[in-house]
Amino acid sequence: MKSEKYNKRINHCESGLKRLFAFRSSLFTHIILIFVSLLSIFPFIWLISTSLKGNAENIFAYPPHLIPADFTWANYAGVWVKVDFIRYFVNSMIAAGGTVLLNLILSALAGYPLARMEFRGKKITFFAVLATIMIPFQAIMLPVYLITLKLNMVDSVSNFAGFAGLILPFAVSAFGIFLMRQAFLGIPHEMEEAAIVDGCNVFQVFTKVLLPMVKPALAVLAIFTFIGSWGEFLWPSIVLTKESMYTLPVGVNNLQGAFSSNWRFIAAGSVLATIPIIIFFLAMQRYFISGENEGAVKG
Amino acid sequence: MFKYYGRCAPYLFLLPAAAALLVFFFIPFFQTVGLSFFDYSESIYHPVFSGFDNYVKMFQSPVFYKVLANTFVYLIVAVPVLAILPLFLAVLINQKIRGAGLYKILIYLPVIVSIVVAAIAFKWLYADKGILNYIVTSPGFNGIGWLTDPDWALYSVIIVTIWKGIGYYMIIYLAALMSVPKELYEACDIDGANFLTKHLTVTIPHIMPTIALVTTISAISAMKVFAEIYVMTKGGPLNSSKTIVYYIYERAFENLDLGFASAMAVVLLLIVMAFSFVNIFFFERKKYQL
Repeated sequence: MKSEKYNKRINHCESGLKRLFAFRSSLFTHIILIFVSLLSIFPFIWLISTSLKGNAENIFAYPPHLIPADFTWANYAGVWVKVDFIRYFVNSMIAAGGTVLLNLILSALAGYPLARMEFRGKKITFFAVLATIMIPFQAIMLPVYLITLKLNMVDSVSNFAGFAGLILPFAVSAFGIFLMRQAFLGIPHEMEEAAIVDGCNVFQVFTKVLLPMVKPALAVLAIFTFIGSWGEFLWPSIVLTKESMYTLPVGVNNLQGAFSSNWRFIAAGSVLATIPIIIFFLAMQRYFISGENEGAVKG
Repeated sequence: MFKYYGRCAPYLFLLPAAAALLVFFFIPFFQTVGLSFFDYSESIYHPVFSGFDNYVKMFQSPVFYKVLANTFVYLIVAVPVLAILPLFLAVLINQKIRGAGLYKILIYLPVIVSIVVAAIAFKWLYADKGILNYIVTSPGFNGIGWLTDPDWALYSVIIVTIWKGIGYYMIIYLAALMSVPKELYEACDIDGANFLTKHLTVTIPHIMPTIALVTTISAISAMKVFAEIYVMTKGGPLNSSKTIVYYIYERAFENLDLGFASAMAVVLLLIVMAFSFVNIFFFERKKYQL
């Protein structure tokens, strides 16, 4: 009776010790990860802090104040009145939405024959697509710009032409084509055979039978194309000439010129412009951090 | 498999993508090479064929060597950090610790945020009387001209690129770590191996292909850096933070020297194509089913 109680107590102590050891080794891990997490978000935190400081507070104060002493929303109100964020947001939505839509359609169309048909020139097509991965946009942007000009796809012609110029150079990517090809490769051949027997033509096989089966791949392609297009800065800053056509990244960069050294406004504007993508990321986080779609975003 | 489609069907399906790739990839590719043999410096409307003059001019230009050197510094600083640090973090997170999901989200956040916003946020940290200089000066050191001192500007920009890339590569490593057989770790634990030996003998050899992959893709993206420099330094001071892509942009769109810019673009093409070739044929064969 007594020894049983004693054993119980010993066991209890042992498990406590074990837990203590586990805690000590994981404590070190947590300290490092908390430190890196803080480093990852600190630039934003500091930006947010600055954006909430009123004119009565010196934003260059030594020592710096993380918590605003003169707390105010005025910078947000001020920048909101002076800068048409809604317009930038809508422009970004149109540009990113159009890019996503075209990528889905063109990649799916091209991925299908590459995965499931035999035809002359298949190998060459395959390697030609592969070759485009090796060509960085930055190296060919000048001729792309000249072609866009030649095709009259610039915002000085019309807003529609401007969006066309913004979107079309990124209408399809090798990444998308390969992703869709891979998805189509995984479908059993009986699916097509059954559909043909039922009287479908090729296009119906594609739209009614195969496309619904590659929805997960389409979702992945849509999400990553969206993120890439949303953050794109180089190309919009080359082609856009009218402020009313600016996308969010171009608009945010423009804050620096518009408010020269008014860091309260620049900070407030940058924070405002970042909110939509943070919401999108948190809603779709499993696609990004699960690791299943490794290497899906362009570096 | 029976052939249920007509002879033209495959080509019709390929047509839209092929047209887009032709107009916005292949034609510009050959045009880049073509433009590099023309002289636009007299008039942008009447280019003159000039053979290799742009290349000669480029190889005689001190800025070209400065830009190449800067790009090289970018590679040797950013690539090793981006190959090693995210791996270390991935190993830590992979230990089935509490809060792993939250750490992943926080560390991945910089990847998702626009590079322009990131660059502005850092510009603010780097301000002359900014918070970083407060940290540097409070123990008594002199403040640093993070973006204004030619000795520092390039490194300040590199830090932003690294900061923005860590989460991305960490997720790639986490995916790779899932494929390491658990039995090997259990064997290590039985043998009493410590953290370091465990990962040096089991983890690293197992994910060597991923380390190589991360090395090449981070090298390729380091070659393509633009927005950080455009937003923070415009390549200055004294060209100290100018890299290839920024220089191409400047010569093409600000100086309208299309020939010279194209010659630079050909140099960029050759370097990136070499990296990509290695990447595709050695590390990503499976992804493209070669």
